[in-house]
Amino acid sequence: MSLASASLGHASRRDGAINADALRAHARREARGLFVLLSPGLFLVFAVIIVPIGWLFWLSLFDETGQLSAANYARFFEQASYIKTFVTTFKVAFTVTGACVLLGYPLAYMLSQLPRRATSICLIFVILPFWTSVLVRTYAWLVILQRKGLVNTWLMDLGVIGQPLPLANNFAGVVIGMTHIMLPFLVLPLYASMKAIDVDCLRAGMNLGASPAATFRQIFFPLSLPGLASGLVIVFVLCLGFFVTPALMGGGKVIMWAMRMEQTTSLYSNWGAGAALGVVLLAVTLALLGLFHWLLGARATGVWSRR
Amino acid sequence: MLLSLAQSALPIGISGIEKRFGAVSILSSLSLDVAAGEFLTLLGPSGSGKTTLLMILAGFVRANAGSIKVGGEEIITMPPHRRNIGMVFQNYALFPHMNVFHNIAFPLKQRRVSAAETAERVERALDLVQLKGLGERRVDQLSGGQRQRVALARAIVFEPRIVLMDEPLSALDKSLREHMQIELRNLHRRLGMTTVYVTHDQREAITMSDRIAVMDAGRIEQIDQPEVLYARPRTKFVAGFIGESSFVPVESRNGSVWYEDRKLRMNDAAPSTGRHLMVVRPEKLRLIAGEPTGDVNVLPAIVGDVIYQGDSFVCYATLRDGRQVTLRDYCRSDVLARLPAPGEPVMLGIDAQDVVLVADQ
Repeated sequence: MSLASASLGHASRRDGAINADALRAHARREARGLFVLLSPGLFLVFAVIIVPIGWLFWLSLFDETGQLSAANYARFFEQASYIKTFVTTFKVAFTVTGACVLLGYPLAYMLSQLPRRATSICLIFVILPFWTSVLVRTYAWLVILQRKGLVNTWLMDLGVIGQPLPLANNFAGVVIGMTHIMLPFLVLPLYASMKAIDVDCLRAGMNLGASPAATFRQIFFPLSLPGLASGLVIVFVLCLGFFVTPALMGGGKVIMWAMRMEQTTSLYSNWGAGAALGVVLLAVTLALLGLFHWLLGARATGVWSRR
Repeated sequence: MLLSLAQSALPIGISGIEKRFGAVSILSSLSLDVAAGEFLTLLGPSGSGKTTLLMILAGFVRANAGSIKVGGEEIITMPPHRRNIGMVFQNYALFPHMNVFHNIAFPLKQRRVSAAETAERVERALDLVQLKGLGERRVDQLSGGQRQRVALARAIVFEPRIVLMDEPLSALDKSLREHMQIELRNLHRRLGMTTVYVTHDQREAITMSDRIAVMDAGRIEQIDQPEVLYARPRTKFVAGFIGESSFVPVESRNGSVWYEDRKLRMNDAAPSTGRHLMVVRPEKLRLIAGEPTGDVNVLPAIVGDVIYQGDSFVCYATLRDGRQVTLRDYCRSDVLARLPAPGEPVMLGIDAQDVVLVADQ
């Protein structure tokens, strides 16, 4: 060893490190090369995320006359309608997320337990609506749910109800329509995480004396929670900014945040106020996600993070 | 309390088990008795049905027919969670959302054991598998060997009547596997639980088992103690699967057995008239110089290759009929002195007591 380094003529270096400078230079060159390769992506992120959001924030700081002011934000506290819209938005988002969990969890569970062929067929039915326009699906629901729609006609013909149920142009209509659209966003990640649960873990549970119900409660359900959490977050966040379905199904009675933005910008051309709405929605969403992450993190202490 | 297993170990009586998946028969009329406290290994190549049999014992797979009795009680239709059988899975199947303590406490929790007793028993189980003080570790913080030990502790902490193990060491590296084999063996000696162990590794089976059931194509080929299985294989499959073997065709006629024109000297009685195979283990063959003495059979052969391996050498030789046989011997100086060269004609000797014949299928 010493002979070899002496013969190479590097043994005289004080630290005895062979090629240290060359290797450091090589590392620097590599880092530079990687940065160059990364730059298109960084530029894209900067151009389509950082700049527009910064611009949005900038716009929100000017009132209608073009004066720098906090008027756009003060409005949230002064005008009751803003607060009402805000509350409605969260009420819809919570209800739809809840409905998606109630419908989606059993569906995802069934998908994860079916034989493979049956699963792929059923999955097509889950994904199929994705390929249809949201607008088309929403109008379809309107046809089904309106006063003289399919549901009310059938129920009245069967004599179940005497009066048509108020299913469209109200809160119920918005929730039904949105649940339909949001369901795949919950089912797909949930299904993936259920599919990843090791069958042997469930077998081990039963082998160790847990009844099927206890095995589900103590093993399957906790292990499906990461998928449920990500599905939940996706659905909730999408709900907060949803426009088409509440606009059509709400019949003007359910005003959500995104509809408010549309009104403010296209009807009143008040770009500052619209931008402020966007900024607040973004901030509240991020805060909620942070809270959610913190709650989950505290509860799971990293057990879910790595398998 | 954990040491009281010996008294509660129960025998298993398996009879007439049949399992088909569609038209494919996995197990055909399989019967097997495991004595109380015995360490029995199901050994076979993949697809031989050994894991399926274990799954039927645990209750995860429903047989098409058959009976499983544990201490005389029929359990074939009993759901898995009532069977009270411990199992160590191939991939350990530890619960990833629980720490080591809760994994091991799981079976006790299902049995409504008090918190104080649970803590005590988990502690003792951890001690038994040499993981003292690791109760708070997360499963993903453990090495493969440690996970293996946790799985083992979890399978025995509730003092099951029977413990099943499905290739539990296959994921470990060689040295750890050999170490765990000894440890599992010692643990079994201490606790005395009836154990059914599945493996495809014949060396592992020989090291650990009281008895080995060699399985092939859904049937048990032979079930015997390891030394009997090795020395007296009853079928060509068993002889080929356990240890190394060459097969030399022989013929039985008029009450004696012939290899070509030489009458075989053998201790066993001659089998039924017809063609048979002589099982030749590499270490049972030796090079003969000069005239053979004593009760030994001589096979003339041509040396193909000689491979020196330090402590021993391996000699590949071709018999007159073109069959390859292998000879292994230790490198004693007298043997080394006259090591044959490739192409050299030699005489291979096999003692009469080492002659084992199997049917030529």
